[in-house]
Parts: sequence; structure tokens; C-alpha cells
Amino acid sequence: MAEMLKIDNLHADAGGREILRGVDLTVEKGETCVLFGPNGSGKSTLLSAIMGYSTCRITEGSIIFKGQDITHLGVDERARLGIGMMMQRPPNIFGVKLGDLVKAASRNPGILDEADNFKMGNFLERDINVGFSGGEIKRSELLQLTAQSPEFLLLDEPESGVDLENIDLIGEKVKSLLYDESGPVSVQKDVSSLIITHTGQILDYIGADHGYIMKNGKIQFCGKPLDLLRDIRQNGYGE
Amino acid sequence: MPYDESVKEALSKKGAYGKDIDIDDYEEGSKDSGTVTDLESSEYRKYMEHVGVVADEMNRSGTLMFLNNTASHCSPKVQEGLELLSLSKALKVHEGLKDFMWNAMDPAKDKFTAKTYLEDADGFFIRVKSGYHIKNPVQSCMLLSQNKTVQNIHNILIVEDGASLEMITGCSTVRHANDSLHVGVTEIYMGDNANLTYSMIHSWGNKTSVRPRTKCVLGKGSNYTNNYVIMNPVGNLQSFPVADLGERSSATYNTICIAHEGSEIDTGGMVNLNGAGSRAEIMSRSVSMGGKMCARGRLVGNVPGVKAHLECRSIILRDGGSTLAIPELEAHVADVEMTHEAAVGKIARDQIEYLMSRGLDEDQAVSMIVRGFLSGSINGLPEELQREMDAAIEQANLGD
Ligand SMILES: Nc1ncnc2c1ncn2[C@@H]1O[C@H](COP(=O)(O)OP(=O)(O)OP(=O)(O)O)[C@@H](O)[C@H]1O
Ligand SMILES: [Mg+2]
Repeated sequence: MAEMLKIDNLHADAGGREILRGVDLTVEKGETCVLFGPNGSGKSTLLSAIMGYSTCRITEGSIIFKGQDITHLGVDERARLGIGMMMQRPPNIFGVKLGDLVKAASRNPGILDEADNFKMGNFLERDINVGFSGGEIKRSELLQLTAQSPEFLLLDEPESGVDLENIDLIGEKVKSLLYDESGPVSVQKDVSSLIITHTGQILDYIGADHGYIMKNGKIQFCGKPLDLLRDIRQNGYGE
Repeated sequence: MPYDESVKEALSKKGAYGKDIDIDDYEEGSKDSGTVTDLESSEYRKYMEHVGVVADEMNRSGTLMFLNNTASHCSPKVQEGLELLSLSKALKVHEGLKDFMWNAMDPAKDKFTAKTYLEDADGFFIRVKSGYHIKNPVQSCMLLSQNKTVQNIHNILIVEDGASLEMITGCSTVRHANDSLHVGVTEIYMGDNANLTYSMIHSWGNKTSVRPRTKCVLGKGSNYTNNYVIMNPVGNLQSFPVADLGERSSATYNTICIAHEGSEIDTGGMVNLNGAGSRAEIMSRSVSMGGKMCARGRLVGNVPGVKAHLECRSIILRDGGSTLAIPELEAHVADVEMTHEAAVGKIARDQIEYLMSRGLDEDQAVSMIVRGFLSGSINGLPEELQREMDAAIEQANLGD
């Protein structure tokens, strides 16, 4: 398998403090990885570093994507290389309509017709994220990602705050980003992903190849996702 | 006439705001610039359309056009209940119009009103008779085609009891008339339960000086909306429209501008809440791209039970200029609800990057946010204004 993402000894500051303290992580092409870890351990910061958000300042180490060093590349260039992210807490953008961004993000002119499948049809004229509920934010992020159709997905807690009815929608939509469902059986696409989850609910919809646990800004354990999850449920994260 | 004497004295009176201008630097604009019979074949068409005045008059109730100081076009036939004339002609047919002349506006306010008064300036006369609703907007266009001249305009707009009107005024310089001065005095009289939306879109040269003077007096239960848009470079512009509200009346001002490098813009407005239950909202959205920007707003609560809000927001995209927000609230009684908000700064980085993470480059992301910032707060902006705004934002390369 080909390496899609390779992170080497990554150190990064956020808010003037070192948050990532030497992260090593490799994700192969077509691979799904889940990231566990206690609150505040640096999971979202790692995703921000991969996306290139300037809230996070890389001080050491490197990020290689599809063979290219992207450690200091702009956010838009990373997006164009095929990285797409669902943020945990995306910003409000007053005056900019969700529909306009979805259209701008997609090469498919019919993308807005998709909105109803995300129960987002009535949100296209609304200002992005302004007054969206927790679950609405998730559906809006997924609609935007679907418009982008990235090769590498960064999902920050896709299921958190989503009610039992909508979890199905979220799960299915994440699945369609990763699997080709046009045939009688779904076939995994060449799309890789790194998914942060606390509950592992998303694993009811997609398979995952590897699980990682982040603590204190470092990847401390790796293993089979379901094994790790069972272990965390039984023993917590320790100290 | 002693009155004329005091107005003559006012010829040396500086405007309350904005940099002083020596009117004598400019020659009087021509009162003989000719007529434009057919707007569609007119050489001025592109200038008109650039400021939202459509030549084919589709979805328009009528058009008035001024070229320098000449009334050059006036729709000959308009719907019942509407009257469009040049002010000079109107004065000949309406004996009573004298009472409206310089009634709302004090000609001795400053040198610009004084000059307009003493020149006996022409302008438009628009009247909507009691109870008539004018379906499509009336448009007026003020074009300045002579360099180093002053365009002096005096408009009177009357919306009688229970009547309603939407008005679009586009003002622009033509060709080489860059270093010129536009002075437009507009007196607006609204009766009871009347509605008026008055939208102005300006596009000048980068040396043009602009001094509009607008006053609106409202009766009871009337609504007045004043939209002002300037997106292109201008020399220096100062405008501070005033509205006096009667009982249960309301005024809304929306000002949207871009201050380009070299431009000095001083805008805003004032509302006197004189009637019980009157309401006002002043909104200003501006972007400085290296220009000098001042956004003012003044709300005066004179009677109990009034409610008013003022909002000035500015984005600074480029250094080199300055941005000043001056929100003022003045209350003369206790029982008022008056609030203001002001914010000046750059666009939050996380917003730009969020859009960039969807594949937009930085320029596109900034334009999208600025467009939303400028137009997002205003409901029901006339389509033409929105279109012109979009075009200007497109041209301005905001993301640089
Ligand atoms: N911009 C910032 N300013 C200050 N502190 C920050 C900033 N960004 C992150 N942090 C801090 O870095 C630490 C890691 O944050 P991060 O959001 O990566 O945690 P997380 O693992 O995603 O946690 P959670 O499970 O709660 O989402 C936290 O202590 C957080 O407060
Ligand atoms: Mg997080």
C-alpha cells in the first residue's frame, strides 16, 4: 500500500503552549484510522495541524502528504491536494450563505440538490453555522465535505451531539465518502481517513483499520480500534 | 432680502464634518448641457447603468436625468398618482410648492446649501399623491461631465398620506470630469402612513468631491428607508442625512462603503425621534482598503417610549488609511431604549481559513466574507444595488 500521510516527530504550539509533543503517525492509501484520547490531549490540534490552520504553529517535525512535504503549505493548497476536514467547532460566518460555500467547494453544479439528503435544504440560505445546532453543524460539515469529495478525510467527532435518529444519516454519509456504493456490495474507495471519536459509534457504519490513543500530545498506543475502545470503556485512559 | 443676506454669509461657512472645500475652485456647471430623449441610445447609457439606472426603464415607473446642471430627461408619461418634473418646471405649475422650498433644509446650514440656494439650482420634483402606491421604482440619475465644475442640484420629494414610493438615485462622473464637485440638496416630505425607500448608489472619480445634503420630515406612522452605497474610489465624500420622525414613524439607514486608497469618506446620519413610539435604526458597514473612513451615527431621543439602535462595523483590509466609528446617542427624557454597537478590525483568520479549507484561495475567501459583511445585514436591498455591489467587490481585488 502507498503512504498517504506520514507525520514525523510533529511538535506544535497552540495559544502559546506546546500541545503536540512529537506525534508520529502514518496513514496508508484507503486506510481508515480512528483517534481516541482524553479531553484536551491534543486530538483536534493534530487535525488542525494537518489541515494547516494557523491557530496551531508547527515548531518541529514534518507532515508528508502523497509524497509532498506540506508542513508549511497554505490551507487552500492542502485542500486542493485532497485534504478535507470536519471541524469540531467551525466558526460562524455572518452574511455568507451555506449554499454559496457548498457551490464554491464543488465541481458538481448539481451539488445543491444533494442538500435535502443531508436535511440541509432549508439551510442553504442561512449564514454559515450561525445559530446552527450541534447536529446541524455536523450535517452541514458533511454536506460541505461531500461537495469537496476529498481523498483524505479528517473528521473531528462526527457523531458527538447527534441524536439517535440523525446518527444514521451521519453514519451513512460518512460511509458514502469512504465507500463506493454504486454496486451490489459497497467497495472501499481509495479514500483515507483519520477520525476522532469518543464513543466509537461511527464504527457501526464503517470499518476501521487502526486505532490510536493520544495522550499529552503524543500517540501513546495503537491497536485494533474495537479492542482499544473496549479497553478504554473498561479501564479508562489511566491516570 | 435680509434672508438672502444671511445665506450669502453662509457661503463661507464650512460643513460641520469633512474636509473644507473651496467652491470657487470650481466653475458653475452648465445649465445648457442638452436633452437626452432616448435613454437607450444615449452616450451616457453605460454610466447610468453602472449606478443602477436602467436605460430600457424595464420595471421602472419613470426616470429623471440631470446632466451637469441641466434637466436633460424626464419621463413624459407616468402612472396616475405620480408626478415627475424638473423643480424649475414644477415651480411654475404648483403655486404651493414654494412652501416646501427650503422648509426642511436650512439654506444657511453651510456653504453647500447656501450655494445651492443662491444658484437657484434645479433638480427633480417628485410627488406621490395621497393613497397611491407606485409599483415600480422611480429612478433618477445625476451625471457630471465637465471637469473643474460644480453640479448643484436641489430636489424635492413628496410622499403624501398613505402613499408609497421606491426611489433609486444613481450619481456618477462621466469621462474626464474627475476633479469636480457634486452638491445635491434633497428635501423629502412624508405625510402620515407613507412609505419611502430611497436608495442611492454613487460612482465617482478618484478626485471628485461630493457633498449631498438630505433632510426628511415624516408625519405619523410613516416609514423611511435610506440606502447608500459607494464601492468605487472617490476623492472625498461627506454625507450626513437627517430625518425628523413623527409619532410611530420609523427611519432605517443602511450605509455600505469601501474606502479605497486615496479616498476620504465621511458618512452616517442622524435621526431625531420626535414622536411618541418612533423607531430608528442606523447601520453602517464599511471596508477600508487603505482609505480614510469615518462612520457616524447620531440618534436623538426627544420623547418617551422611543426605540433606536445604531451599528457601525468596519473591516480594515489594508493598512495606510484610517477608520473612525463615531456612534452617538442623545436622550432628553428617561424613558428611551437606545443602543449602539461598533466594531473595527480585520477579518478573523479562522473564518478565512475555514473557507480556504473548502478549496477557495485566500482572495476568494476574503471576497466572499466581505461581500457577506457588506450586504448580509441589509434586507431588501434593491437588486440593482446588490448587482453593482457584487461587481465592485469583484473588481476591487479585496484579498490582496
Ligand atoms: N488556540 C488555543 N489557545 C489556547 N489553548 C489551546 C488552543 N488550542 C488548543 N488549546 C489547548 O490545547 C489542548 C488540546 O486541545 P484540543 O482541542 O486539541 O484537545 P482535544 O484532544 O481535541 O480535546 P476534546 O476531546 O475535548 O475535543 C487543550 O488544553 C486546549 O485548551
Ligand atoms: Mg477536540
